Amino acid sequence: MMRFSTLIKNPADWMTGGAAAHGAVLTSRIRLARNLRRQPFPGWAKREQRALALELMRPSVEALSVMKDAFSQELSDLSSVQKQVLVERHLVSREHAARSEGSAVVIERRQSFSFMLNEEDHLRMQAIRPGLQLSSAFEALSALDTELETTLEFAFDPTLGYLTTCPTNLGTGLRASVMLHLPGLVLSDQIGQVLQAVGKIGLAVRGLYGEGTESLGHLYQISNQSTLGESEETIIRRLERVIGQVAEHEQNAREKLLEDDPEMVADKIGRAFGVLRHAHIIDSKEALNHLSLLRLGGTLGFFPADTILLCDSLLMDIQPAHLQLHAVRKLSPEERDAIRAQIIRSRLQNLQSSDTCTPSAGEPPSSSQPANPPDEL
Amino acid sequence: MKCDFCDTKASVFLTQLVEGQMKKVSLCETCAKERGVTDPTGFSLADLLLGGISGELGGMIGGHQPAGGGKVCQACGFTLEDLRRVRRFGCAECYTLFREEITPMLRGMHKGASHVGKVPEGLMALQFKHQRLQDLRSRLEQAVTAENYEEAAGLRDEIHSLALP
Ligand SMILES: [Zn+2]
Ligand SMILES: [Zn+2]
Repeated sequence: MMRFSTLIKNPADWMTGGAAAHGAVLTSRIRLARNLRRQPFPGWAKREQRALALELMRPSVEALSVMKDAFSQELSDLSSVQKQVLVERHLVSREHAARSEGSAVVIERRQSFSFMLNEEDHLRMQAIRPGLQLSSAFEALSALDTELETTLEFAFDPTLGYLTTCPTNLGTGLRASVMLHLPGLVLSDQIGQVLQAVGKIGLAVRGLYGEGTESLGHLYQISNQSTLGESEETIIRRLERVIGQVAEHEQNAREKLLEDDPEMVADKIGRAFGVLRHAHIIDSKEALNHLSLLRLGGTLGFFPADTILLCDSLLMDIQPAHLQLHAVRKLSPEERDAIRAQIIRSRLQNLQSSDTCTPSAGEPPSSSQPANPPDEL
Repeated sequence: MKCDFCDTKASVFLTQLVEGQMKKVSLCETCAKERGVTDPTGFSLADLLLGGISGELGGMIGGHQPAGGGKVCQACGFTLEDLRRVRRFGCAECYTLFREEITPMLRGMHKGASHVGKVPEGLMALQFKHQRLQDLRSRLEQAVTAENYEEAAGLRDEIHSLALP
């Protein structure tokens, strides 16, 4: 079986691809909720009933062909930092990380599939892909669900569909979500309008960090709310169509900003790069916001295109538990800010912006610079 | 600003668009953690509303009458009173027992009231079997009426083999 250190050593598959094609769409995620027919739901079950449910499910999940050599652990066997790292990687939910005995997690070795056992529902399975790939992520996950059905009897009702602990997940048990980077819409003050329009068609929008429309790092997540009354395909097709439109709005906003006020854009991005490149103490809020602008710079051609992936992996690695794992000890907030700055400086040390930092003046900047591979720590 | 769930100072503010309506919720650190608001992936405002600040269900289970007419799930011992406390159901059987009480609250949560989409394959086989049995039984009836005893015997055998567990 895979060790925690082996699992985490490498970036997830979905962190290292697809970003170039969809600058605005970072990742697509599909989650399916399932419960065992004859066992009380985990939150209501007694200790021994939970243990029994786990005993029933775990061999079936581990036997899935994709779970060959997977990481499989009971939560009680993980340290709090390890759990937190899994949360930061979106491989387990915060709620699940708070559990211990009787709950487990099984994670595919490339971190594309993650199954939570005895979460709020008996089984919460998840597939993550880079870019906008909800349909293919659903198909892959649904195939695993079908494979499980040969050995596990899931709670299902012809009218209510898959029965879930919370009625908000009844029916398909499907939550499809996409993580978006929308600096263009934020800088051009259109974000509220766009998010409002998305909300009107029954989709949930939230800032990934922070409150409301002022999300840190300009990162937003859009997902379906309704799970009953529509097929998986309908839910996903609508979401993909809306995400496509939001990404298009974002692209237009970026182009318009560059056209209307290239100096302002170049100044913001240049300053962000300056701070990240030279800061010795940086908290996560400041880091997120500057990395967002640097990432924007990557998509606009101020920096080599692989800057996007460099930023995406930094967004992951500068989170508190990742920093502690990197330092191999518990860190005070001050120490974290210093180590965070150090990691960012070191990864960015070979990154260079174009001479003018303004794509409109002279040569296209992306071609004037050789692509530098991110400096791995 | 105070937390919507207790009187502690709120530190987590959430704005979410639900069906075109901007809803604002303020929570303290403890309540936010408890309700999973810190996890943007698992969280939905509907979950939060189910927790009892407002909404149809909130009114229903917050009233003075014992909700669900004092029914107790035979499989797991759950009552609708428990829903207020744990904000979740007890087991799959609860959905059969409390069907009447659950149906109205689904309206505000979902696009429809009945499932469209994936059906477990085993179940599909079962439904197919039921349909096939019905079909065979009506053909048997016809065969008997027509005094076609040879066909009836064959149909009986087939029904018998299908009906076995
Ligand atoms: Zn509170
Ligand atoms: Zn029950």
